[in-house]
Amino acid sequence: MAQIIQAPQGGKKGRPKRSSPVIDMTPMVDLMCLLIVFFMLTTAFTKEKVMDMTLPEELKDPNQEAPKISASRTLNVLLGPDSRVFYYPGAVNDFNSLPPLTETDFSEEGIRRVLLERNRALFRKIEAFENDILTGAIVLPRDSIESAISQLKKDDDTGPIVLIKAYKESTYGNFVDILDEMNICGIARYTIMNIAWYEEAMIERALGVSTTAATASAN
Amino acid sequence: MAKMTKIRFSNKTPHVDMTPMVDLFSVVLIFLMLTTNFRISEPSPVDTPFSVSEKNIADFDKMTIVIANNGAVFFNMDNGPDTLLKYRPKTLQEMGDRYGIEFTDEELRKFEKFPSSIGVPIEHLKDFFAADDPGDKAAFQTGIPMDSLNNQLGMWILYARQVNPNIKAIIKGGADVPYPRVKEVLDLLQAYNVNQFSLVTALEAAEAVLED
Repeated sequence: MAQIIQAPQGGKKGRPKRSSPVIDMTPMVDLMCLLIVFFMLTTAFTKEKVMDMTLPEELKDPNQEAPKISASRTLNVLLGPDSRVFYYPGAVNDFNSLPPLTETDFSEEGIRRVLLERNRALFRKIEAFENDILTGAIVLPRDSIESAISQLKKDDDTGPIVLIKAYKESTYGNFVDILDEMNICGIARYTIMNIAWYEEAMIERALGVSTTAATASAN
Repeated sequence: MAKMTKIRFSNKTPHVDMTPMVDLFSVVLIFLMLTTNFRISEPSPVDTPFSVSEKNIADFDKMTIVIANNGAVFFNMDNGPDTLLKYRPKTLQEMGDRYGIEFTDEELRKFEKFPSSIGVPIEHLKDFFAADDPGDKAAFQTGIPMDSLNNQLGMWILYARQVNPNIKAIIKGGADVPYPRVKEVLDLLQAYNVNQFSLVTALEAAEAVLED
């Protein structure tokens, strides 16, 4: 691509030619090409996104009791291996007859449907509120929208209380997925808990693993 | 027969004016410099999970705990809103005091400028800074010990929070990391009274439709 500069042929003696000097831009183009390639390879357009998460404070005082929640609103979601999800409502009172687990998955028709059905009232409220914002029926500054939605969540007293428990063979990806579902479905109350031994037994039974291990840990 | 016209070629090389191309490239270059930000490379590959969260990561006042795909844990923090605050070297100095290692000014400066996460046990950190070859350096990045006998990650968290009280914890984990490994990190953070943190995720779209 480089341009060959030829010596002027002939010309009048003594008097330099009166022509505007030509600056060869080719090396500059080469350099800029390199810089552009460098920037395209080492940089990214998007910033990393984060999802905020709060864990309940650990109970440090042994006399302090964990907050009580009503069993009728409780939905236990158990994360299993291979991206499998199980859930059962309520609490386990009798360890000899464990409630059956229902299996579902992370698809739109899976756990999201389950959560939305249970969170119908609150989800409708949030949807209507967001619709009002879009159509301009309610005018709020951008940063108050979030606090208004969290106020809606706080006032809600019909939605499920989701207890998320991860089985030892589940992955971090599943854990983020289920937290993400909480945000998508607008679940007001959820928490991450340690899995109990009887819940591990329930998962193992659902997976078809021999129940001897489960009964051994029960004794 | 008609006389064929002789085509004459100019013996001058054609001159292509590159100026508009330079103009165009300048515009593209300036656009790229202004709109993008540098990709931070992690010492070990991390494939973050997906979520719908659109919240951007903070620019400063953050400590990142990286859980790589192979389960190794790395630690990173920033210098704070102003590099004069020198939070990174201060934290390293505290760590050195804790483990009886004296870091030279040179090493502190190297740590301050180090661009990616650190996964070197504190006792090998001096050798890590002394190594020149990138391959040798990478061999030291085995992950920070975090068991109860040798809880160096806990100390990093403790001193980072002491040096910069505004620091926020960020967890960047690989999607296929087993949950118990993540649980260890979460428990450790809770043991040092960190109950609020952010999880780094990649953006994906999701739809929630409730039928009647």
